[in-house]
Amino acid sequence: MDIFLQQVVSGLASGSIYAALALALVMIYEATDVVNFAQGEMAMFATYICWSLLDAGMPYWGAFFATLAIAFVGGVLIERTIIRPVENAPILAIVIVTIGLLVIFNSVANWIYTGTQKPFPSPFPKEPIKFGEIVFGAHDLGQIGVTLVVLLCIFLFFRFTPLGLAMRAAAQNPVSSRLVGIRVGWMLALGWGLAALFGAVAGIMVAPNLFLDPNMMLGVQIYAFAAATLGGFTSPVGAVVGGLIVGVVENLVGTYVGFIGTELKFTVALALIIVVLVVKPSGLFGRSVVKRV
Amino acid sequence: MSSLLEVEGLEAYYGRVKALHGVNFSIQEGGITTILGANGAGKTTTLRAISRMVRTAGSIRFGGSSIDALATEDVVRLGVAHAPEGRGTFTHLTVEENLRIGCWGRKSNAGVEADFKRVYGYFPVLRERSAQTAATLSGGEQQMLAVARALMLNPRLLLLDEPSLGLAPLIVKEIFRILRAANKDSGVSILLVEQNAALALDLADHVFLLETGRVVMEGPSEVLRKDDSIRKSYLGY
Repeated sequence: MDIFLQQVVSGLASGSIYAALALALVMIYEATDVVNFAQGEMAMFATYICWSLLDAGMPYWGAFFATLAIAFVGGVLIERTIIRPVENAPILAIVIVTIGLLVIFNSVANWIYTGTQKPFPSPFPKEPIKFGEIVFGAHDLGQIGVTLVVLLCIFLFFRFTPLGLAMRAAAQNPVSSRLVGIRVGWMLALGWGLAALFGAVAGIMVAPNLFLDPNMMLGVQIYAFAAATLGGFTSPVGAVVGGLIVGVVENLVGTYVGFIGTELKFTVALALIIVVLVVKPSGLFGRSVVKRV
Repeated sequence: MSSLLEVEGLEAYYGRVKALHGVNFSIQEGGITTILGANGAGKTTTLRAISRMVRTAGSIRFGGSSIDALATEDVVRLGVAHAPEGRGTFTHLTVEENLRIGCWGRKSNAGVEADFKRVYGYFPVLRERSAQTAATLSGGEQQMLAVARALMLNPRLLLLDEPSLGLAPLIVKEIFRILRAANKDSGVSILLVEQNAALALDLADHVFLLETGRVVMEGPSEVLRKDDSIRKSYLGY
């Protein structure tokens, strides 16, 4: 039982990372119907920026928040300069642009920082935290906490601020949004900024476990895809719930199903994507999209 | 009275298809103007041209200055509210959020609460349903919401595209009564596009008749109502 609980919490910890990245994917998908394949690499690059700031002697939380700000501005700039010129192109063309971005971020990170793995610090204590017999990693708990705080902030932002309302309106009905005076293009850019910010949180939180290298987020991104597919690409809540479920399932299957172990864990994510797409393509919380052709 | 909107030689294009062939008209500040015409005459296109939603040639002046080069968002910010064809409801948002989003283009937030009171006074059913998602409203209620959302801009000019379409006669009557009240209360000018000519002639003080992309007749509504050809073609008696 103790092991089970520990594995669940550790699954929730990685799940919170998947949730953050899945939420980033869903936000952009909701607003533009585009799946941003570069989301993970943008997160990886933001994590390198954080590493540079720490390396230059900045205190941890200072570097953390500075990175979030840089990631936000970077996300906005990418939308304005790279996505905007192709925004009226077919979806497939835009998706390919995001794949191009993936390659660029990966190569530039390799070029600037070299491919060698770098240790990344955790702001949380090294000693595990004990509740009676059960032992939890302090970083795991901290990671869950940080992600939940970020999610809460974003929920409050979308639910209660005029800007959040305008962003939701612009994502849902761009034509009507223009007719009430909303600058839809800027709302999309802000969406990219926020998505980049979630990615940065995910990257910085996962780096202490994985070590920092240019391919760090490739695996995480697959799990985030699984999470978004499971929860439904059209549902932010679904992305978060999906992320947590994928994290826990991945961990429990790895622990209890003998032949899978740590090596085949990855396959679980892919199998999950296929099962969801076959059984319920809209995901747990998504709505099915009907298009007239 | 001065002209609030002056349209001169307006042409509009969908791709390479020309939908308006040099439309000229102007509307007075504080008045209610209607554009009558058959299907495909260019009524909706005229409204879309004013809101800068289609490619145009010619000149459109609002409040004395040209709006030809502006984006839709900027025309709205000048005080032109457009309740579009199909009502443009934000179906996932609540009724109240739909109205709040209508305030986005306002010059100042002073008076927002008073305007909420005013439009809820016009449409009590929207107050009852303020926390419901707009998708759950009936067609008539969604049309009321579209008018209410447009009024939340506190506009100088209200563009209305077929507010009677697909609605029960009693509801249409109610909406038209409120349009008259809104025009009286706040002095908002109204440009109404309507297929229901009898209703439109009752409400409006000035009428333009549009046929295949051109204005073919215009005048005060009491004069045009008595015109034989209008009576036969549009009023049907």
